[in-house]
Amino acid sequence: MHIPDGYLSPQTFVPFYIVMIAIWKKAIDKIKKELDLKNIPYVAMGSAFSFIIMMFNIPVPGGTTGHAVGSAIIAILFGPWMAVISVSVALIIQALIFGDGGITAIGANCFNMAFVMPFVAYYVFRFFQKRFNKVYISSFISGYISLNIAAIVTAIEFGIQPYIANEGGKALYCPYPLKIAIYAMGAEHLLLFGFVEGFVTAGVMYYFIKNKDESLKVKAMGDL
Amino acid sequence: MKFFIFNRKFLKWLLILSLITPVGIILPEFFKAKDAWGEWDKDTIKELVGYIPKGMEKLDGLWKAPFADYTIKGFDNGIIKISFSYIFSAIVGIFVCMLLTFFVLKLIKRNEKNA
Repeated sequence: MHIPDGYLSPQTFVPFYIVMIAIWKKAIDKIKKELDLKNIPYVAMGSAFSFIIMMFNIPVPGGTTGHAVGSAIIAILFGPWMAVISVSVALIIQALIFGDGGITAIGANCFNMAFVMPFVAYYVFRFFQKRFNKVYISSFISGYISLNIAAIVTAIEFGIQPYIANEGGKALYCPYPLKIAIYAMGAEHLLLFGFVEGFVTAGVMYYFIKNKDESLKVKAMGDL
Repeated sequence: MKFFIFNRKFLKWLLILSLITPVGIILPEFFKAKDAWGEWDKDTIKELVGYIPKGMEKLDGLWKAPFADYTIKGFDNGIIKISFSYIFSAIVGIFVCMLLTFFVLKLIKRNEKNA
């Protein structure tokens, strides 16, 4: 889901940079008010977790690869604004040091995986947790749905390119139209990678609840 | 200061995950899976659609990452060398992410007190 350089036109990647700067600013304001100092090392470890879980490429036999992002569990445990910052850090490091995701696409990639995904995850978790009170099932569904929504948003960014940037019928950037991008990315995430994110989210939730310091609360369960 | 002790159990798991990251290249190799959708290089794009889009030609290669594709130069062929590269990248990555996030959050909190 890391969009490389060359797939998005400037009229796409520049606005995403601007939107992301506004989101980072908002996140900083929120964190100033809400962050508990003792959560800092945990959120830092969350960023590292997100970084490393993205290295586990899962194959579609004979096809493409994909991976979990870790954004969902970070949002549930520490709140979506915390996930914005910690997953953005992981994505920026991946782009700058490891060439995973383009420099021009940092805004779009952060928007998809460090903004859309954690917010969807947080509210999906709360929706199910409030009604059914099954924490691992809510975690699984949250991971599954949030990764799929992030993938669809990414597919839309890819898919609009041939319409907004072409020359003599040939695409200037991503050459695949909306329909193909959405089918391709939708199918692989609905059928495989979404489940991986679901298991990662539920699995980490289990381990976290068993091993966390007692004073730590799961943010998304705070007032349910 | 005791607030800033990293939970050892979680740290241990991050290191264990780092050591098994080669799974992330061995599995795709085994199942003959290729690039992620939308992450092909220029040559593959040419094979897929018959031409390299002009804008892509220009933007591609804009940035030379020091450890591109999570590999160290000279350690980018053969499963053992690539595995070594992967583990190295994973360990560098988790520590850089932790430290950077830690200091960003500390900075945000400190500025609040001064405000």
